[in-house]
Amino acid sequence: MNWPLCLLAGFAGTLVLTTLEAGAQQLHMTRMSIPFLLGTMLTPDRDRAKLYGLLAHLVNGQVFALFYVALFHATGGGGVVRGARVGLLHAAVLLLVVVPILPSIHPRMASLHQGPVGTRLIEPPGPLALHYGFTTPLMVVVSHAIFGAVVGGLFPFS
Amino acid sequence: MSAEIGDYGIVGDCRSAALISRGGSCDWLCWPRFDSPSIFAAILDDEKGGRFLVAPAVPFHSSQEWLGETNVLVTRFTTAGASLTLTDFMPVQDDEDTRRFLLPEHELVRVLRCERGEVEVEIVFDPRPDYGRARPRIESLGKLGLRVPVRGGGLLTLLTDAALGVSGRARVRLRAGERLTFSLGFADEDAAVLPPPGSRCIEVLERTATVWRAWAARTLYDGPHRAEVVRSALLLKLLQYAPSGAIVAAPTTSLPERPGGELNWDYRFCWLRDAALTSRALFGLGHVEEAEHFTIWLLTATTLSLPRLNVLYDLFGRKPGFERVLPHLSGHGGARPVRIGNGARDQVQLDTYGEVIEAAAHVVRRGRTPDRSTAEMLIGFGLQIARGWHLPDAGIWEVRGAGSNFVHSRVLCWAGLQRLIELYEKRYLPRSAPIDVFVRERDRIHQQVETLGFSALLQSYTRTLGGADVDASLLLLPWYGYCKADSPRMLGTWRRIQERLGAGNGLLHRYIGPLTEGEGAFGICSFWAAEFLALGGGSLEEAEERFESLLRCATGLGLYGEEIDPVTLKPMGNFPQAYTHVGLINAALSLRERARRGAGDTERRPPPLEARE
Repeated sequence: MNWPLCLLAGFAGTLVLTTLEAGAQQLHMTRMSIPFLLGTMLTPDRDRAKLYGLLAHLVNGQVFALFYVALFHATGGGGVVRGARVGLLHAAVLLLVVVPILPSIHPRMASLHQGPVGTRLIEPPGPLALHYGFTTPLMVVVSHAIFGAVVGGLFPFS
Repeated sequence: MSAEIGDYGIVGDCRSAALISRGGSCDWLCWPRFDSPSIFAAILDDEKGGRFLVAPAVPFHSSQEWLGETNVLVTRFTTAGASLTLTDFMPVQDDEDTRRFLLPEHELVRVLRCERGEVEVEIVFDPRPDYGRARPRIESLGKLGLRVPVRGGGLLTLLTDAALGVSGRARVRLRAGERLTFSLGFADEDAAVLPPPGSRCIEVLERTATVWRAWAARTLYDGPHRAEVVRSALLLKLLQYAPSGAIVAAPTTSLPERPGGELNWDYRFCWLRDAALTSRALFGLGHVEEAEHFTIWLLTATTLSLPRLNVLYDLFGRKPGFERVLPHLSGHGGARPVRIGNGARDQVQLDTYGEVIEAAAHVVRRGRTPDRSTAEMLIGFGLQIARGWHLPDAGIWEVRGAGSNFVHSRVLCWAGLQRLIELYEKRYLPRSAPIDVFVRERDRIHQQVETLGFSALLQSYTRTLGGADVDASLLLLPWYGYCKADSPRMLGTWRRIQERLGAGNGLLHRYIGPLTEGEGAFGICSFWAAEFLALGGGSLEEAEERFESLLRCATGLGLYGEEIDPVTLKPMGNFPQAYTHVGLINAALSLRERARRGAGDTERRPPPLEARE
């Protein structure tokens, strides 16, 4: 495996994904900020949380890129289209599996059943993360498809 | 019906502000910033504006006060059988608590406590975002509270221990010792933070009060009327937009300057015309951090429009939006139209150059040396003055239409050049500065003002060159060091201003003209008069007497609007007005200085610059 290229693909993909998410947030299309959600797992300080969360998000991107590349190797190659498909699958897992259990794993997220208690104050994402804005699922799908396309594009061959 | 202007108190968090009436109704709230569209605007339209009311459901008497030296507002209700207190505030916390506690992006906390007896309480939660143009649906998420999606991606949340449903209306019975808490939040960036009601609100109240008390305690003022001066300082701090340092003139739009009239403007911007006065007020009270933050904003904002200076800027130093009318709102007391944006954005106001240079000089007096780019920028302003001081402009009062040759504008051009010359002589400007141009043009301005700007007939400086009217802004001439307050020409001007612009109770109109008919006395002009007397235009006793009579024109909470009704002494126009409070602080500082130096020895304005080492 070409490790430098693998790391570059992860970095490039995550950068594009993060930029898309931040852009959507600043255009008020969604209030879902992955850096904020990741960072508040570590600290209640809003500003620091965003910084820590961004770093964690970049690391996550590298890790996911490795999974993508492993999948490309196992299935006979990458490419933009194949990468985008894997990204779509990734987004589906996020929205359908991870988002519903987020209140259980995030130490500062409130749950619908218990409401805000103690330090668990952050609004839960709700089904398909719709609580963070109606276009949030669309943004998750599009940004992850592009993440996959970037990673796949840098790994056209196995 | 919405309350009178003077019956409102204010709470804020240095990002946004809410006006709470003596009747317990939050009738004005803009989120996320001072200049954002409103969430509640009942102050501008009782029916369509939206409000958040928490008050006894039976007839009551009420009064408002501050929780000591804080921006926490306490409204006391008394009914036939009960008494209640409503405490309103926007949470603020110090750096240490910011690291420990996660707060909503924006929050208004309301705590209602029944102190005695038993009473039914009415709650009306009726948000109408976007200046009442939206009538959103209130959704309930059970224990996660009520939520109201706002067009543009924001989310309004309300968590309360009151039984309040999606209708937004409820009646709750309270007995002595019981309380209701409300946490109204707004998120427009990240996932909302949903603070639980109850004891957490009390903890946040204590932290907020501690922060405000600590800030107020840093006010270095030991002169008379400290309470009023500290209140003014607290208001300035509340109106200073923390992320940039800009200070909004007022947190409201279109509160009428003339009852039922059309003099209704949006004041949620920062004007350069009072920059030097604001800078001096903050420095004078020892709030160096706020003063420097404001001046840095000033210099950064003006960089964006170099070499031209705009009359006003928004919170981030940009040109404000175009002036627009909101025809669906009936206006406060029926005063239409309600406007947003400000038409003065395209005016030319020559005095702004002198204001910005003078504000920068205040920073230098505090021991800071301007860096090369700032020095070059100041020189650029000087060249702009040299090129354009002889042209007509809209003047300090932003008179619409063709410009005039205002004496005040000329003198501010003189002050700008004079200050640059002083900065040069004290080695704060590079030797390459075109100092001969500045000296030549300064002297030409002086000659013009002394010949055309003074009327031998009136024995007074005049509003415009060759004119026969006076203007209260002429009282600032000694403040900028143009002449001494006790010079014969200034004493003559003062006599004429009193005669023509005096409104009783120590109040002054700004000038008399077609546009000012029916408007009130101008708050800041009245304080300029007190300061003029303190600077030597009168005796110390005269200055104190005038200052004290002006203090009696404040609302019960010690707040001032832009104008004051000379008959009823009620505030008029946008409220509360930062610049009127700037006038109060500066007058108090000059009074203190006069008292320290002794009645016969007047303060030198502006203070001298130290030579650069």
